[in-house]
Amino acid sequence: MKFINYLESIAGVSIYGLGSLLIFSVLFLGILVWTFKADKKLIEEISRIPLDNNNPTHS
Amino acid sequence: MQIEQFSYDNKTVKWFAFATMLWGIVGMLVGLWIAIAMYYPPLNLGFAPTTFGRMRPVHTNAVIFAFVGNGIFMGVYYSLQRLCKARMFSDLLSKIHFWGWQLIILSAALTLWTGHTTGKEYAELEWPIDIAITLVWVVFGINMFGTILKRRESHLYVAIWFYIATWVTVAMLHIVNSFELPVSILKSYSWYAGVQDALVQWWYGHNAVAFFLTTPYLGLMYYFLPKAANRPVYSYRLSIIHFWALIFMYIWAGPHHLLYTALPDWAQSLGVVFSVMLIAPSWGGMLNGLFTLRGAWDKVREEPVLKFLVVAITCYGMATFEGPMLSLKSVNAIAHFSDWIIAHVHVGALGWNGFLTFGVLYWLIPRMYNTQLYSKKLAGTHFWIGTIGIILYAIPMYWAGFTQSMMWKQFTEEGQLKFQFLETVTHIIPMYVSRSIGGTLYLTGALIMVYNLYKTMAAGSFVANEEAEAAPLPKVIPVHGKEHWHRWVEKRPVQMLVFSFIAVAIGGILEMVPTFLIKSNIPTISSVKPYTPLELQGRDIYVREGCYTCHSQMIRPFRDEVARYGEYSKAGEFVYDHPFQWGSKRTGPDLAREGGKYPDSWHFNHMMDPQSMSPGSIMPSYPWLYENNIDTSSTPAKIRAMQTLGVPYEEGYANKANADLMNQANGIRVSLKMEKLETAKDKEIVALIAYLQRLGKDIKGEQTAQK
Ligand code: HEC
Repeated sequence: MKFINYLESIAGVSIYGLGSLLIFSVLFLGILVWTFKADKKLIEEISRIPLDNNNPTHS
Repeated sequence: MQIEQFSYDNKTVKWFAFATMLWGIVGMLVGLWIAIAMYYPPLNLGFAPTTFGRMRPVHTNAVIFAFVGNGIFMGVYYSLQRLCKARMFSDLLSKIHFWGWQLIILSAALTLWTGHTTGKEYAELEWPIDIAITLVWVVFGINMFGTILKRRESHLYVAIWFYIATWVTVAMLHIVNSFELPVSILKSYSWYAGVQDALVQWWYGHNAVAFFLTTPYLGLMYYFLPKAANRPVYSYRLSIIHFWALIFMYIWAGPHHLLYTALPDWAQSLGVVFSVMLIAPSWGGMLNGLFTLRGAWDKVREEPVLKFLVVAITCYGMATFEGPMLSLKSVNAIAHFSDWIIAHVHVGALGWNGFLTFGVLYWLIPRMYNTQLYSKKLAGTHFWIGTIGIILYAIPMYWAGFTQSMMWKQFTEEGQLKFQFLETVTHIIPMYVSRSIGGTLYLTGALIMVYNLYKTMAAGSFVANEEAEAAPLPKVIPVHGKEHWHRWVEKRPVQMLVFSFIAVAIGGILEMVPTFLIKSNIPTISSVKPYTPLELQGRDIYVREGCYTCHSQMIRPFRDEVARYGEYSKAGEFVYDHPFQWGSKRTGPDLAREGGKYPDSWHFNHMMDPQSMSPGSIMPSYPWLYENNIDTSSTPAKIRAMQTLGVPYEEGYANKANADLMNQANGIRVSLKMEKLETAKDKEIVALIAYLQRLGKDIKGEQTAQK
């Protein structure tokens, strides 16, 4: 019933640490690429959402 | 396209705003109280609920979960509706959320004051409240996601990402860290023991700072700063990177709370690396905030809201610069266990969370009451008093932490420790006094704000439902610029976020798996035995009274600590500690090897009146331990619970445990009697002495200890 016993039975567990680090890195790089490739007008439009007047042409 | 009419719910926002102010004042008052009790121990009143060890969890919980918690909900309920151009999903859920959270706060305060605690910092609440938190959190989640799904704005503004991340991660942290085995209606034992418990706890603790005190408030910053300055954020791209980098790195940083402890080295190093990297996104965020105001500094001078936001963001920058520094092992060696950490935390709490909350309140209340702020001048006064308060709080604490830590480490030429522990305490008392003055100023400022906002409300008339109109979402989202693969993401924001966070959750849990697994992480030491029933009861009293808020039980492998406290702590010594009690602050000396250091009679006198044994001590006295009887009716259940958790008591021991307990208690009674100290053997003080006398003894003089 001890908690660690459940996990002890997973084989080759060290791969998990590496694996999760990899998942993260790939995810993050993907997001970086997306952010820089995203359309400029779109970004500007989104950034104005909090403002009452969120149409850039009226600013 | 048909324009739809609807209204924003201001009522829930108003209630959360009131709760924020109320609990803020309560939390600060309790904080001020214990700040004074630190140099004036009679303020502990010799009464259990008002002693430091119980008040300190009340203070931290009130400030984090009641003040900042309600502040988050206030800001989220206001901004989410406007960012989604939709009313909150369900008025009923909003109501349940509000009242549920307040009930949790009330029961938290009551149970903590009466000594019902799990003994894990920032997660002290007992299991029924943990369950209630989970339920209310789910209600909040449904309400939030429901609103996002019925939004009239196709894009999700970055603030909403921060809110979603907060929701998902806090849910995960809370559930994982709260694994506990109930023993009775208000008592449970952590499922994990020792090193593992510590790792889970600080993975939780650190991420609670990250995802309760930071990400939701960053969401608020990204909404209210542009609002108040009436201009978009400096770089929206940077805000996206800020978001993802934070989520990505924070999850790994927890082990920096456990440097030089018995935690395995690889976990410590991972924690350090990620903590240091965190400085990049944090400062990106801070600069993004400050640059938003470029060319508008004249406005900052005029507008109290902006002043508060500027100081808040600056404090965010300071705290997130300091955090990575504190993760460096050499800095940590000095700062950990000292008042330095208290200073660090309060730059965050008073500066970042407090000032941002004040700024948002000053902005929201006049608008919801359709009027102007009653007095800009008073708000300006609040701003200055608050700022000076922060400075008077933080600088003396940095000074105290640094000085005391240096004193701990000094040796004479003959190689003896230069200072007694208590000397290092009395030396920094003036700093404690100054800290409480800073706190008083800060609290005064908050009271001025409450008055100012009260006058504002009295002058205005509340708009419970704010009319708004917007077109519903088109079935086909218009293409912006050239067709791009991000359109797929655009159309499925919720799915994308959910999937990303599943990845985050997996990552966080996997970080801990190896620690649970590799047996060699926790070398077993054959001489380490389970606690006797009396010691176990004593340990529960130790937990109940919050001794861990002032005492550590973790000797780090430094020359001075080994000289002062004895052989450094080994991972294998804690395998039966549910929960671990390593502590995080040494207001009093480390107790990991307290066993056998003094005779029973010393402890008996010391716990009754610490000043009698240690003149000048600031430890509270514990007279009620001499009157309360040990709750022996709970012994069998406790033993059984420990067996369930894997502690190797022999089969059927639960029923014999009380006999052993009485035997051992009688031994202590007799030893006290020989020193002419009278007590019945079934008093709580006897159990506590048994526990203190056991601490660290298992491997005393053991040469075979591993690692
Ligand atoms: C406000 C902080 C504070 C709290 C809470 C506190 N202590 Fe202390 N404790 C101290 C200080 C300061 C000292 C050093 C001066 C002295 O010996 O009294 C100390 C000393 C001690 C010592 C002597 C250590 C030694 O080796 O000299 C013991 C034992 C002890 N405390 C036990 C406890 C127990 C048990 C509790 C909870 C019931 C507790 N303390 C709660 C501050 C605290």
